Amino acid sequence: MTELLVGTKKGLFALEGSPRDGFEVTLRAFAGEPVEYALRDPRTNRILAGVISPFYGPKLFVGENGAWEQAKGVELPAGGKEALERIWVIVPGEQDGVLYAGGDPGVLFKSTDGGLSWELVRSLYEHPTRPGWSPGGGGLCLHSIATWPGEPDRLALALSAVGVWLTDDGGATWRHGNQGLGARYLPEGTESLSLCVHDLQRAPRRPERLFMQFHGGVYRSDDAGESWTEIGDGLPSDFGFPLAVDPADPDSAYVIPLTADMDRTTPDGRVRVYETRDAGATWTPRGDGLPAEHAYLTVLREAFAGRGEGPELELYFGATSGDVFGSGDAGATWSCAATRLPPVYSVRCNA
Amino acid sequence: MALVRLRGPLKQLAGGPEHAVAGATVAELLTALERDRPALHGWILDERGRIRRHINVFVNGERGGEDTAIGADDRVDVLPAISGGSA
Repeated sequence: MTELLVGTKKGLFALEGSPRDGFEVTLRAFAGEPVEYALRDPRTNRILAGVISPFYGPKLFVGENGAWEQAKGVELPAGGKEALERIWVIVPGEQDGVLYAGGDPGVLFKSTDGGLSWELVRSLYEHPTRPGWSPGGGGLCLHSIATWPGEPDRLALALSAVGVWLTDDGGATWRHGNQGLGARYLPEGTESLSLCVHDLQRAPRRPERLFMQFHGGVYRSDDAGESWTEIGDGLPSDFGFPLAVDPADPDSAYVIPLTADMDRTTPDGRVRVYETRDAGATWTPRGDGLPAEHAYLTVLREAFAGRGEGPELELYFGATSGDVFGSGDAGATWSCAATRLPPVYSVRCNA
Repeated sequence: MALVRLRGPLKQLAGGPEHAVAGATVAELLTALERDRPALHGWILDERGRIRRHINVFVNGERGGEDTAIGADDRVDVLPAISGGSA
């Protein structure tokens, strides 16, 4: 039995089932409120949900045994010039009780008590380059947090539109990891921090390898995010938002191409996931069971997730159409897990 | 002290719909209310001390802002704005 936590424009949904037998909705929480992201931390069994009320502001809630508690400390310094706009992502860290959360305006929070209380990571918030940071269309969002298995002090972050940030000392210091990234929305040769990363994922069995979906471009890094090589040849489009990997295979990555930045829908009305098993040298379309005509879906950056690994890797993605699709065989075949949900913002599976 | 009236989740978080609060301006009043009712912290005012974008504050039935002066017998309603909703 797999549990999917689906964050939507109108609340959090839990689905339980399997790609073969189908899924049932077993929970709806925060009805009517946008839930940008939710996951269950397997270490504590708590659900952590970022709820972005347009009225009352962004809040992070912790769910345990059916009861929800608002987490403390998910806010910017009082009396400053900025307010927290959104919580984009929540990621378990490598140490017990540690979690990270990324938000808008380009901020990182850390919890050491399983998500009940949080502290702003000041070293990033007060970074001297911050006055030059610029937002992407979705805001100044810190949306990707890649931990390093077994090395809790090493993190890779990605922000839209401030590129990749790396730390080897638990966030005491940060440096860019943008060598090789090219932004087509800037004049050629322009030196800029305005690098619009859409998603960043680490290959856990070879942690120095990362894959990236960029705002036009799919990239791979083999040096822990210091430099990047474009690997988008062979895709129908190298524009898209989310990216997933098979944890068992460092040469694997999955993307869901959208037509272009000017037309953020699945190309030609066909929904297809593209898989590489050779680190981006070639890509294979995986669409068996997915809508093949008149399907113009938009899949957002947090709405693609996996569970397990190898031939039994389960993959799930949701679209703003309210559809959720799943595969129980590493993308070879797909089925519909849910239809007619509110627009899907995020999909995460239990471990 | 002025009387602050709340609805919806704000009422639940504050433990009731009406609260007598002291303050010379709307900002002072709401800061004091959030301080006295910690569960309300950050729900009406953001980190900058501003009234959240889609919350409206009315003083004796007239739309007010952070700097609106408050008298001892004033009635202050805190309401979600229609602008915050979406289809």
